Amino acid sequence: MNIAVIDYQGGNVQSVLFALERLGMNATLTSDPDVIRGADRVLFPGEGEASSAMRALRAAGLDKVLPTLTQPFLGICLGMQLLGRHSQEGPAGGTELLGMLPFDVVRFTPPDAAHKVPHMGWNNLHDLKTPLFAGLHEPVEVSAQSDSNQVLAPSLLPTAADYVYFVHSYYAPVGDYTIAQTSYPAGVPFSAGVRYRNFYGLQFHVEKSGPVGERILHNFLTGDLG
Amino acid sequence: MLTKRLIACLDVQNGRTVKGTNFVNLRDAGDPVALAARYAQEGIDELVLLDITATVEKRRTLIELVRNVAREVNIPFTVGGGIGAVADVEALLLSGADKVSLNSSVLREPGLIDELARRFGSQAIVVAVDARQTNETSQGAADETWEVFTHGGRHPVGREAVAWCREAAERGAGEILLTSMSHDGTRDGYALGFTRAVSAAVGVPVIASGGAGAASHFRDVLLPGGAEAALAASVFHFGDLSVAGLKNYLLAEGVAMRPAG
Repeated sequence: MNIAVIDYQGGNVQSVLFALERLGMNATLTSDPDVIRGADRVLFPGEGEASSAMRALRAAGLDKVLPTLTQPFLGICLGMQLLGRHSQEGPAGGTELLGMLPFDVVRFTPPDAAHKVPHMGWNNLHDLKTPLFAGLHEPVEVSAQSDSNQVLAPSLLPTAADYVYFVHSYYAPVGDYTIAQTSYPAGVPFSAGVRYRNFYGLQFHVEKSGPVGERILHNFLTGDLG
Repeated sequence: MLTKRLIACLDVQNGRTVKGTNFVNLRDAGDPVALAARYAQEGIDELVLLDITATVEKRRTLIELVRNVAREVNIPFTVGGGIGAVADVEALLLSGADKVSLNSSVLREPGLIDELARRFGSQAIVVAVDARQTNETSQGAADETWEVFTHGGRHPVGREAVAWCREAAERGAGEILLTSMSHDGTRDGYALGFTRAVSAAVGVPVIASGGAGAASHFRDVLLPGGAEAALAASVFHFGDLSVAGLKNYLLAEGVAMRPAG
């Protein structure tokens, strides 16, 4: 397995490298287009601010390379947002993004002072799609119309399996490309995961999300993603 | 649903945990990497490493420690303690720390918050505020006044605490780590009124610190206190509360929590 982690001075790549190391995987940290094209899997971490990240990608010529890749590709946090068309983040009207996926990134507008921005901490995933999330649980929905013969879970407490770690002030709305949802504020879903063809993205820090994150990373690196 | 967070704080000096622990199965209780990994495994939501080293070797040992913790631990962690220079912040974040906590340096030079937030993003910048109640009003009263202190609560800096927290958040801090020096070490509970006042004044998450002694103290500061996270050290180190037991209690009390396992 030949894994490339894209190096564009885009933040916390070391944490991603260590997470891969804990899974027993070696990766190459690189900004070389040939090395990236030749990899079996590409990880695209990101932290910080969208316009600076796009500036760094353009300076390295990667804004032209990344959209042409065909192997499984995973953008993490800001790396996911950069796969969209446009972000409200950035000076004077926002930032043009890479455009592999048809979403526009917008800022959280909290309804009251109790809802803080950034959306920071552990939140749960639901409406999971694709084998990227194989092996994860989802909260049990108990509807009023449920079959009376149905055996309900003994406890409706959530399980640790549902939770991953988020830190972000901007988000991608839910659309056809959404493969996992999370709600913030409660009841208002956004895209926690996205996919178009080989391009996957996760809004949460999969490399810092405990055993759940490790399972998802493992699925990305070894699974048949279709 | 976004959960409230439990944070364990490790005081380290020259790369070793300073406050003792009661853990029996650790290979070496003085090794902060082993302790951090153990807390992560038990289900703690986040870690803070507070470096109290005062030698010129500080920077090198701290970066080495951050690398080792980042290598072992699969949850987020913050590093703090005497950090001031932009280059130090950069080196710590590049070594695998998720956030850096600043205290005295940003009181001396508040513009540093703006600069660091622009450069590394607000999510990586925690401003730690140590405060002490400076009037005699009973706790929680509307007219209680809090002042910012440094040096473990010994040196007043002449700033009112709620206003300073608001300024720090407006300048770009992504989180406020709020310690009541009046409650720290008492084990009588967190400063509820003060935490509530700061939480209402800032748009970013507030971590409450100082005074944890019992499970109900966590519930009180996370629900009526309005904190997004509660930090503690000794109750975890000495085994008064287990992470799993505390989380089960808080879940039963209606606090949104990531279950321990």
